[in-house]
Amino acid sequence: MSKTLNYTEFRSRIGDLRGKEYWRSLEELSRSDAFDDFFQDEFPQQAIPLQKGVGRRDFMKLMGASVAMAGLSACSRPADAIVPYVNQPENFVPGKPIYFASVMPLGGVGTGVLVESHQFRPTKIEGNPEHPSSLGASDAFMQASVLGLYDPDRSQVVRKMGDTATWGDFIGAVQPLLKEAESNGASLRILTQTITSPSLGAQIQSLLALYPGMKWHQWEAVSRDNVREGSRLAFGRYLDTVYDFTAATVVVSLGSDFLGDGPGHLRYARDFMSQRRVRRNTTQSVNRLYAVESGMSSTGSVADHRIAIRPSQMEGVARAILAGLGGGGAQPQLSAEAVAKVQSLIRDLQAHRGTAVVIAGDEQPAVVHALAHAINTQLGSIGTAVRLIESIEVAPVNQLASIQELVRDMESGAVRGLIVLGGNPVFDAPADLNFTRAYEKVPFRAHLSPYYDETSLRSHWHVPETHWLETWGDLRGHDGTVSIAQPLVAPLYNGRSAYEVVGALIGGLDQASYQAVRSYWFGRGATEESWRKWLHDGVIAGSAPQPAVAAASAPPASTATTPAGGIEIELRHDPTIWDGRFANNGWLQELPKPQTKITWDNVLLVGPRTADKLGFTAEERDKLSNNLETRFAEVEYRGVSMRLPIWIVPGHAEDVATIHFGYGRELAGKVGNGVGFNTYPMRFSDALHGGSGARITMAAGPTYPVACTQEHQSIDPKVVGERGIIRSASFEAFQKNPDFAHVGQLGSRPGEHDESLYPDWDYSNNHAWAMVIDTSVCTGCNGCVIACQAENNIPIVGKEEVTREREMHWLRIDRYYRGDPDDPQVFHQPVPCMQCENAPCEPVCPVAATSHSDDGLNDMTYNRCVGTRYCSNNCPYKVRRFNFFHYADYDTPALKPMRNPDVTVRTRGVMEKCTYCVQRINKAKIEAEREGRRVRDGEVVTACQQACPTQAIVFGDMNDKTSHVAQLKAEPTNYALLAELQTRPRTTYLANIRNPNPEITPAVEPDTDHH
Amino acid sequence: MAQIFHRSANTLSRVTIFGAIFIAGFVLWVIGGIVRSPYVTNQGVHREQPVPFSHQHHVGGLGIDCRYCHTSVETSSFAGIPPTSTCMNCHSQIWTNAEMLAPVRESFQSGRPIVWSRVHRLPDYVHFNHSIHVTKGIGCASCHGPIDRMNLVYQASPLTMEWCLDCHRAPEKFIRPREEVFNMNYVPKNQSVLGPELVKLYGVKNKTHCSACHY
Repeated sequence: MSKTLNYTEFRSRIGDLRGKEYWRSLEELSRSDAFDDFFQDEFPQQAIPLQKGVGRRDFMKLMGASVAMAGLSACSRPADAIVPYVNQPENFVPGKPIYFASVMPLGGVGTGVLVESHQFRPTKIEGNPEHPSSLGASDAFMQASVLGLYDPDRSQVVRKMGDTATWGDFIGAVQPLLKEAESNGASLRILTQTITSPSLGAQIQSLLALYPGMKWHQWEAVSRDNVREGSRLAFGRYLDTVYDFTAATVVVSLGSDFLGDGPGHLRYARDFMSQRRVRRNTTQSVNRLYAVESGMSSTGSVADHRIAIRPSQMEGVARAILAGLGGGGAQPQLSAEAVAKVQSLIRDLQAHRGTAVVIAGDEQPAVVHALAHAINTQLGSIGTAVRLIESIEVAPVNQLASIQELVRDMESGAVRGLIVLGGNPVFDAPADLNFTRAYEKVPFRAHLSPYYDETSLRSHWHVPETHWLETWGDLRGHDGTVSIAQPLVAPLYNGRSAYEVVGALIGGLDQASYQAVRSYWFGRGATEESWRKWLHDGVIAGSAPQPAVAAASAPPASTATTPAGGIEIELRHDPTIWDGRFANNGWLQELPKPQTKITWDNVLLVGPRTADKLGFTAEERDKLSNNLETRFAEVEYRGVSMRLPIWIVPGHAEDVATIHFGYGRELAGKVGNGVGFNTYPMRFSDALHGGSGARITMAAGPTYPVACTQEHQSIDPKVVGERGIIRSASFEAFQKNPDFAHVGQLGSRPGEHDESLYPDWDYSNNHAWAMVIDTSVCTGCNGCVIACQAENNIPIVGKEEVTREREMHWLRIDRYYRGDPDDPQVFHQPVPCMQCENAPCEPVCPVAATSHSDDGLNDMTYNRCVGTRYCSNNCPYKVRRFNFFHYADYDTPALKPMRNPDVTVRTRGVMEKCTYCVQRINKAKIEAEREGRRVRDGEVVTACQQACPTQAIVFGDMNDKTSHVAQLKAEPTNYALLAELQTRPRTTYLANIRNPNPEITPAVEPDTDHH
Repeated sequence: MAQIFHRSANTLSRVTIFGAIFIAGFVLWVIGGIVRSPYVTNQGVHREQPVPFSHQHHVGGLGIDCRYCHTSVETSSFAGIPPTSTCMNCHSQIWTNAEMLAPVRESFQSGRPIVWSRVHRLPDYVHFNHSIHVTKGIGCASCHGPIDRMNLVYQASPLTMEWCLDCHRAPEKFIRPREEVFNMNYVPKNQSVLGPELVKLYGVKNKTHCSACHY
């Protein structure tokens, strides 16, 4: 085998190999010796200790101390205390969690949640099934916010010039400023992020009324200005668009990641995927998704057709679609292949008038949004699948213009006092505005924020901000539905909410958030009864605005300028740490990015062809010591020069580089400081989402380790294709042969080739817990991964440990590609423990720490485990995780109340793995047994299942033939991984079915002809 | 050259070699004894409490039901320790000046809870649920011993896994009718007949798989 392969060889190799066309990384395709070595190691570099350089002296000290302490602790067991209430709250049962409805803000927009509270300590977030933006699903940010709540690095005290002060001091210090504002209102400014909260909006408005001339500025780094301006171009005013994907049969995404992020994405993912659950009886057609984009997004990864273009070409595509619908023949400046795809796309849209939707991404230029509105109007979809509503924001403005005005006034000295309510503008304002310089000219600067961050450092006053779980409030969901946020705990760190700060400015010193929110709604007809109902339900029924009547005006004249040549840069917020605000959240830092599987970093993402052009060829990559390292590239873009590690993403558009911002924080906290690279200096106010004219060269010098989990603990690439780890077909092929997933596959049906010398265990008198994962609807969003982490007290290990494959996630999402690296199909496959009936891990355990339960669970008993790791070695699915060190933080008091009391916090030297959330199973079983009945279908919901926006994961009792899971197991597309090993996994998968346009030749033929 | 060892060394070495098995066995037996001893299990150890609450008086003497104070025993994993207000239900009327009850009154007035000393403690990797045991006909006294005769509560059982499994392997030996669960003086009449009947009636299964308790 040749050790190195160039790009053309890759391509030919893919063409050659039938049945091996699924792959996870380019390294896997090349199958170099280095990769083989790397892959064969179960735990590479396992001999490397956690801390380097523990010398003999340290060792003796540690040992001495351990012996001394061991001796001491043996004397007597310390007595535990039990502290009951003085007056126990009503409805409180010790030992049982209570669920409270609330709402989580992100980018100003709310998503309804149910918070699990153990003894009034919030431990877990779930989506609120009654909230229109959630429908019970949750995303990674929602799940991770419990960690954010307890984060010991949060700011805990009011500071004046960095020194400890009090809230009273701050109020006192504001008074002269307010006095001045009485005569000169324009001297006082507030800067907020996007606000949809009606009561906070009203509070700010009354503050503005008190000081005429005072100005309210808004800035949100994850800018949605283009959405606003696009609607104004089309309709003459700011309108929000709400989509109903249950009514859509053809969807075209113009750079939109509507399944992966942005307001309402959970709802959109649910609705969209509800139209493509292919079952035995599915006769009507399923929906079809075209994604036109540059970088690979979650939406693009599940699309039936993906057209990779440069960002500057987007407007051309949108115009071509609009023209095409009107019978015009404008051609986008694309490759012939892409043009043909666009033409088929237009015909498809035309054939589905009224049920076809074009959705433009938040980052796309305003004109693309206007064109999308015009297209939807043309298609007659407005009113059916597209709904326009008045903006859900309190005061929608062009935020860029707003912050530009603020900076101008600060520079001129017109601003005497600025109060920044949330946000971190010093870090995330557009680079060319030089916000910091202007900010430092303001004589009174106050900053309300949860951390003492970059902006706090440059402010005179810093006030710690409450977490959303600590304050009252109200927020609108993506469709405008209002929810009341109720606090789950009193502020842990003396935080103040924006309500309290604005309230104090108005003059109601120490006006609590509760009064602010309550009085607003009671002033608008709320009664005690309705208020209680809102709190209970988590939504105010009927508060969503009625659809606005508007028609898109004629599309504006072209404003496209010819791009400056060179490589185009696409700037995006980071998929896991957002604009940088979650930088100190270890769960989100260690969460593999949905497409690249990189943790703890932001890198320069390019396509394989671009990498080749830059000289980062396969030969070059092979010189790296292993596939966790990469080289630096020098990016020169509009006078900014930056060294970023380069990373290849199959399917990424040619001559485009995607850069994520949010990393490189200096004052994020212990977890987030100095992680990654600050790319905000590349963000200019006239090109917030990227631009052209960049020059990228490979930098000489040291390599850079990237903690990418792509090839960690995954199934041997050699068997991926041969043994049908991923099985897929087109909807057409499925209709011809619903059994396609089993053609030519060994033992893939239950009971087939399943002879054994051992007698079968009889599960018929018990439950038989099982799981089915529908790979067709999985978007790889990571909601399940973090939900599992929160539910099961899974620790994080840090970047260095991740590079040693020691990440602890019990559930991983394997991402497979198929076909051409330039235009691959992407498959997401969540892999929890398979809970094999014949579990290979069990017989090899010398101490019987892993054994079978009578309902078929593969139990892992931590207190018995001695850490031989034989089980993990023998697991063909690689789902076991070994706790090499004390990863769980036993010492930080703030983190103790965060943990799920129903799950053991594991110590070092112990193997752990997915339990099917056995604590939830036991809870349901106890409940049922107490009532003398069987567990009902749907009563046990695993954490991953509960979080999943697309309901890809179904769990239940296989023995109950009417259960959802049993029905799915009977589907023809149901298959097990490596079934020929006769492990009889309880977790099985439904084969991936897509619905490509037959007009467009699929990149790869459906694999109905497997072998 | 004279022999270094005396002839008796031969015998001695043989005895030592064959005796090693017995020595090892003895050592294991001692270790086994230690881990089961009250020294390790805390069985029978009285705990000093801020208020010397006597179950003998309240349960044995006055006949107050377990559930008057341990309210969540039938619904939750945790039986519940009564809040101060429960004590004050009676003690605002009787023994209002008792010196012994001063901490209770103090707690009620100040709002600061009473810090009791835990008697029954399971390791963190074991999950025990009171409600299901009570529902399936396991009496309080089966695990907690003669609470109605305890002045200060002590841990009557060793709470070792071995002890748990004694019942989980053979629940028919310990099960009692549901209505007798809170009866501290229940004496089974014909357990060998009644036990298996109740096991069947209540649908009790021998839960001996690990994840029944460990997760």
